Amino acid sequence: MVPLAPIMRYLLLLAALPAAVLAQAPRLKVPASVDTLPNGLTLIVHEDHSVPTVATNVWYLVGSGDEKVGRTGFAHLFEHVMFMGSQHAPYPEFDTRLEASGSSNNGTTNEDRTAYYEWGPSNALPLMLWLEADRMGWLLPTMDLPKLDAQRDIVKNERRQGVENQPYGISQDILPPALYPAGHPYSWNVIGSMADLSAASLDDVKDFFRTYYAPNNAVIVVAGAVKTDSVRRAVRQMFGDIPRGPAFTRPTPPAFTVRDTVIVTEDRVQLPRVYLSWHGVKSFHADDAALDLVSYLLTGARNSRLTNTLVYERELATNVNAFNGSKKLDGDFAVVATARPGKSLNDLTTAIDEHLARLATEGPSARELQQARNAIEASFLNRLESVNAKAEQLNNYYYLTGKADGFQADLDRYAAVSAEDIKRVVNTYLRGPRVTLSVVPQGKKDLAATRRTVQ
Amino acid sequence: MNRSIFNRSAVLLCALAPALGAQAAFDRTKAPRLARPARLVVPPVRVTELPGGMRLKVVENHELPLVQVIVTIDGGVRLDGNTPGISTFMAGLLDDGAGSRDAAALQSELAYLGANLSSTASWDGYSISLKLARRSLDPALDLLGDVIRRPTFSGAEVKRQRDLRLAGYLQTRDRPEAVAGLAFNMAVYPAGHPYHRATNGDSATTATFDSSSVRAFYQSVIRPERSTFIVVGDISVAEARAAITARFGDWRATGTGLATPAVTVRPTVRTASRVYLIDKPEAAQSVIQIGWPGVERTSPDYAALMVMNTILGGSFTSRLNMTLRETKGYSYGAGSGFTFRKVPGPFTASASVRTNVTDSSLVEFFSELRAIRDTPVSADELARARNYLELQLPGDLEGTSQVAGQVAQLQGFGLSLGELPRFAAAVRLVTVADVQRVARRYLTPDRATIVVVGDLAKVRAGIEALRLGEIETWDAKAVVR
Repeated sequence: MVPLAPIMRYLLLLAALPAAVLAQAPRLKVPASVDTLPNGLTLIVHEDHSVPTVATNVWYLVGSGDEKVGRTGFAHLFEHVMFMGSQHAPYPEFDTRLEASGSSNNGTTNEDRTAYYEWGPSNALPLMLWLEADRMGWLLPTMDLPKLDAQRDIVKNERRQGVENQPYGISQDILPPALYPAGHPYSWNVIGSMADLSAASLDDVKDFFRTYYAPNNAVIVVAGAVKTDSVRRAVRQMFGDIPRGPAFTRPTPPAFTVRDTVIVTEDRVQLPRVYLSWHGVKSFHADDAALDLVSYLLTGARNSRLTNTLVYERELATNVNAFNGSKKLDGDFAVVATARPGKSLNDLTTAIDEHLARLATEGPSARELQQARNAIEASFLNRLESVNAKAEQLNNYYYLTGKADGFQADLDRYAAVSAEDIKRVVNTYLRGPRVTLSVVPQGKKDLAATRRTVQ
Repeated sequence: MNRSIFNRSAVLLCALAPALGAQAAFDRTKAPRLARPARLVVPPVRVTELPGGMRLKVVENHELPLVQVIVTIDGGVRLDGNTPGISTFMAGLLDDGAGSRDAAALQSELAYLGANLSSTASWDGYSISLKLARRSLDPALDLLGDVIRRPTFSGAEVKRQRDLRLAGYLQTRDRPEAVAGLAFNMAVYPAGHPYHRATNGDSATTATFDSSSVRAFYQSVIRPERSTFIVVGDISVAEARAAITARFGDWRATGTGLATPAVTVRPTVRTASRVYLIDKPEAAQSVIQIGWPGVERTSPDYAALMVMNTILGGSFTSRLNMTLRETKGYSYGAGSGFTFRKVPGPFTASASVRTNVTDSSLVEFFSELRAIRDTPVSADELARARNYLELQLPGDLEGTSQVAGQVAQLQGFGLSLGELPRFAAAVRLVTVADVQRVARRYLTPDRATIVVVGDLAKVRAGIEALRLGEIETWDAKAVVR
């Protein structure tokens, strides 16, 4: 879903990295070798010897979209359980051994995949691989209900911290089922409901592990100051005898049309906020890059259309953000704006709709579109400075496109988008039915967005 | 050639061999023995003087066509005097119009160049950061020159940012972590101490900011003789010197600079702990902050303090996190840390905890804060913390932004990158006795400031029963004014 941080094992504070670059940029190349073991495990290795560090990035191709009715939040809860020790590395050795090697770790879950990360000095790679192998192959022998219960409590605390105790946090529960139809894999919040977290059983853990946590459903990326050949040897040694798991199919999202929906909810907040959410496209759909550019044209910079008008010229909003939430199976697009004191959300939605209408009719100027492309290109080049970011992207490209080094191909998508494409995608995706969610201060329902205007 | 062909076929054989055969020699019951870690190598920093009293520090790194520039200017929020918040306000406005461009045009141009500029104020200085692609060096540095030397501070832009900041105070009240942090600072540092106030000031003062007051403040604090240009990336020392000199070579100070006032007010001296409660009705969690005044970055105890804090609350396996998160299940995460500034910031231990275990969480916090003073840490904990601190250092120097950030951060304390290997060596020498000594000296749990932001109707009685100290009740509206 849209403006959410990924659901993580624990909070990792990342300083916002400044972004850079532009036209005639060098071709982006992140050489990566890909091979698959007999048991179906895929290994991707990228060498970068600039500093003596290494990042491992293990993806299991299962996410909240694969959850069963009554078990929302389970994929993420399971991610937590993966840190509770395995046969040869009992709890809490996963963490203590990594820290003793100077390494850190984390995990994240989204709708489509569950990711595990280790990063640290390059000599620690065998330890990282050994720990990942042990929990891929030998998690269940030491798994028990107290371990599940421990992480269940922690995940509930995570939900309290990220949803219940966050201003506007309630939107995370409301938006997915309002936009996506019942049964759609994206129709619930990744972190799940308290009731469903309570219902998860030890048998659920075992079933989930046996179905999804198998080498043929996993991809390991190793990036950093390593030798490809020795990484391949180590991975074969450590993971080679983990048996292949059963075949399964990911859910197929039903085709659907959003019903125009207006929702108002009260929260303990000072200022009202409106969320506009449309049905978008899946990642790497032909219109995906154009919608990314639209989000930049609307709110990517100080001079972007909505930012400039709503926040600065007309002083209606304290902030406004647009997100293209394209995902593996489907996607959504959102605009989120918070009103300034004394302004109503209808003032905001009217101004937003006016801008969408104008962008759909007139399209962006050549200069505006080039600024958006350049800014996106800058963010690409900046990512190449970090082995962690490269490892994550290699896994992402491999999952979504089947090709690991997809950096330049991805960037080329943005260069190919024309002003006509921008007009077309705004018309196609952002002018039709949507979910309008107003989160207003208690007792202030009169501030909510109530009507469509320029449609 | 033969060897490489041999190697390649050996890998191929491996791939074709039966899975069991391929790993027969591998004993997974034991963790692998690791090779020795690489020695920490810090890149050379070339330091030169520029006209006007400016300094230039260059680190060449030609891996990617990127350059990170950070301009640090000594001063910062401690210069705010009787206009709290003006440093952060002025710094935020530097890129809202400069030279011939208004805010929208300036930021559009930066983005068009693939550059990213941000300007901030901290307690001890101003920082203007510019990340750019090598080939946009000249036009992007022209804009940097405008931002630092020719900001507009137009009346319209000052008013917009002022109104945004006023709305921001309202929104801060919604965030219990922010409220707890501000209340904690007010309680640890009495009125008159700079840290008593928020870096963003208060609404009454902000409402008085206008174009001329901001410009006057700018002229007294953004000055060449206080500036250091840190340039890291795909650029030579000579190129960096020429590029900076072309935009700043004729920059000269005018008028008198504002001097940083001495801090005359001492942090609150306590003889017993004191509790500050702030109500957040229906809160699912209570935000807890516990602490006291901290210590100098340049203290000879720095390495021992970092090891001690890593064991106490500075890593995932630290005692606070393992107890409050993993063992008790009270929180999503608990931790602690010292805030280092030129005038020491506080030590703080904190967590968000489930409302109905607020009192139990406080018990666990104090149990850990006392245990690390009363009982020597285990050899295992010590070794893990020392390794963790030392061996993660190479990762702190990965990209141009990280290197420039490290140079800037260390420079604030009069230190160079050479401090990193010195720190590594000092960490290796920290003993169990050192950890206990610094815990006893710098942790004062019997004289703590304790802030709890939560649903007081549910948590007050439990906190009172703990008899931690006198209890005061504050209002979030008085904390975020």
